[in-house]
Amino acid sequence: MTEQKDKFAKLQEAIDEHKGQKGALMPVLQAAQSIFDCVPLDAQEYIADALGTTLSDVYGVATFYSQFSLQPKGKYVVGVCLGTACYVRGSQKVLDRVEKELGIKVGITSKDGQFTLQATRCLGACGLAPVMMVNDEVYGRLTADEIPSILEKYRD
Amino acid sequence: MDFYRAQVLCCGGTGCTSSGSGEIIKRFEEQIVKFGLDKEIKIVRTGCFGLCAAGPVVIVYPEGTFYSHVRVEDVDEIVSEHLLKGRIVKHLTYQDKERGEEQHLSLESIGFYQKQKRIVLRNCGVIDPENIDEYIAFDGYKALEKVLTSMKPAEVIQVVLDSGLRGRGGAGFPTGLKWKFAAASKGEQKYMVCNADEGDPGAFMDRSVLEGDPHAVLEAMTIAGFAVGATEGYIYVRAEYPIAVKRLEIAIKQAREYGLLGKNILGSGFDFDISIRLGAGAFVCGEETALMASIEGMRGEPRSKPPFPAVKGLFAMPTNINNVETFANIPQIIINGADWFRSIGTEKSTGTKVFALGGKINNTGLVEIPMGTKLREIIYDIGGGIPGGKKFKAVQTGGPSGGCIPAELLDIPIEYDTLTQIGSMMGSGGMIVMDEDNCMVDIARFFLDFTVDESCGKCTPCRIGTRRMLEILDRIVNGKGVEGDLEKLERLGRNIKATALCGLGQTAPNPVLSTIHYFRDEYEAHIRDKRCPAHHCQALLNFYITDKCRGCTACAKVCPADAITGVVKERHVIDTTKCIKCGSCVEKCRFGAIEKR
Repeated sequence: MTEQKDKFAKLQEAIDEHKGQKGALMPVLQAAQSIFDCVPLDAQEYIADALGTTLSDVYGVATFYSQFSLQPKGKYVVGVCLGTACYVRGSQKVLDRVEKELGIKVGITSKDGQFTLQATRCLGACGLAPVMMVNDEVYGRLTADEIPSILEKYRD
Repeated sequence: MDFYRAQVLCCGGTGCTSSGSGEIIKRFEEQIVKFGLDKEIKIVRTGCFGLCAAGPVVIVYPEGTFYSHVRVEDVDEIVSEHLLKGRIVKHLTYQDKERGEEQHLSLESIGFYQKQKRIVLRNCGVIDPENIDEYIAFDGYKALEKVLTSMKPAEVIQVVLDSGLRGRGGAGFPTGLKWKFAAASKGEQKYMVCNADEGDPGAFMDRSVLEGDPHAVLEAMTIAGFAVGATEGYIYVRAEYPIAVKRLEIAIKQAREYGLLGKNILGSGFDFDISIRLGAGAFVCGEETALMASIEGMRGEPRSKPPFPAVKGLFAMPTNINNVETFANIPQIIINGADWFRSIGTEKSTGTKVFALGGKINNTGLVEIPMGTKLREIIYDIGGGIPGGKKFKAVQTGGPSGGCIPAELLDIPIEYDTLTQIGSMMGSGGMIVMDEDNCMVDIARFFLDFTVDESCGKCTPCRIGTRRMLEILDRIVNGKGVEGDLEKLERLGRNIKATALCGLGQTAPNPVLSTIHYFRDEYEAHIRDKRCPAHHCQALLNFYITDKCRGCTACAKVCPADAITGVVKERHVIDTTKCIKCGSCVEKCRFGAIEKR
């Protein structure tokens, strides 16, 4: 419970930093996303109160942008790039293989909370296409066959 | 300032960082200390060199030796041989695939760079972007000084007007005219906004500028602020670009310390400051009205124009908004003059354009070419052609807003107007090359899928119309297309173009319409013959084992559907009624004996 308290204290700090500033909601939500690893409903209510706006406004913004999620993500976020350069070089096959190996579809977090699978749009490493990221680690020039051994490293 | 006998430039752009340049830089730093060279040699982490395909890239000056695909374990050899003994490590230098055994030791001599003209990218890969002194040493803030000490706002606008510079974000509106409108607008506060929400999948030139030369953007925004009378600036940058954000933050801090941002800049009495706003992953925010809504802390939905931002923009005040690449041209135009800029490029498209070259091309990376260069020159002379001896099929420009250009149009010059005429557009600068293995119907479907995903949902034509188009395309690639689908797609596409609220919707049908126009036979093959000429669409393929089969049984073992039968050392057979078309056998076969037909 104290952990939760700490998080709200941190959120309050972020609110204090941005309150009164024009367009404060976005940076505050971005702070909330990084503090809670998502923007849970109670945090949204808290933000709405603190910034003097309504929950519907906060919820509207939180659900508009793909960076904000309402549920926590898995321990490892696997992002397969589906930018054009990667797609043209066969990233769909890589993604299909990751889905098969992890047993989850894009946008889903595995039941054990270990993996979240995302299809991202251009990581900007087009020279390495096709590319996949696991948290901050980048894997480039991939073939579908390499996927099992890469994912193996992240299974606890 | 310290002097060094040699400098080692290591690329710290996103591409090279992804392939481990951070470790390489660390190793260099450790090694030069070990050999006591740290007073003589400087390691510089630069922005992107452009030739991402060769990354991680390291260049050693004064020789200009270009080491490509450097690995951490290569560093020791470069230090002990090249830096200590002055012997170039030839086997690690860049090899030009086109010219075979000939060794190209310096950067300038490489075909990739010879046809380029670097104005926007001039400092990328050359200076340390986290050091303002290096930017100043390369004529940085000289344009700002000139503007603040010797020019009137109207004169600045006139120079930009005369230069013919057009918006590099894609639509190509004359920049000087935009500034003129914003300057003429009245308001108690005016804003200057830099659009760095580069969302086009496959385009990363703005990021490279921000990562490699952030001060150029700050300087240009300040100049523009002076010209239109804005005192506050915002840079709206994607959160997905952490390196760019970090370098911008450093650059803003340094510029403030040097009195180049803030109150009374260079003692001129002009105040201007810049803050950063992070995007949150919505492609539509690249549209200017949506971007401003996002800065205001709202859902990033566009609104109809007029009123244009120059009249009523950010926080309902007059606002000028330009793209990163557009800004990066400004200091050079001020220093060298409008006539110089006009001398580059063509009459209606002056200057240069940066493209992110990707897809089926040997030299993936960033290229900056004078406007008017032919597509063929970019793809073959600079890009080094198509890998694996495959046949060129199309090049896509303008991302989800653009179109596919077929081989017969490769000799058209790259200009805003010619690209629009042939059903594509300049766009922000993604240039994706496709070969014979790429299915144009599937590519159109890919872009539509993107648009449907990113449509904000505010206007009906985009929200529902693009979805209907995607459903038809999905049907076609799955072998369920029917006669009349193409006509439906064309009619829907025309209607969406005519009625959608913002640029995203108005251009969303382009990838479909242009591929139907140039590759109609491919669509017809899918619909009438249930055949994919590029052998790409899984649902329309049958796998077939040719006489190259040696009977190794690898395919039969890997087949999850037990569809492959055969005896050891004899040609195997696929039962197409059992085959689920997963493609595992193709990947497994070492003899290239399995074909999709």
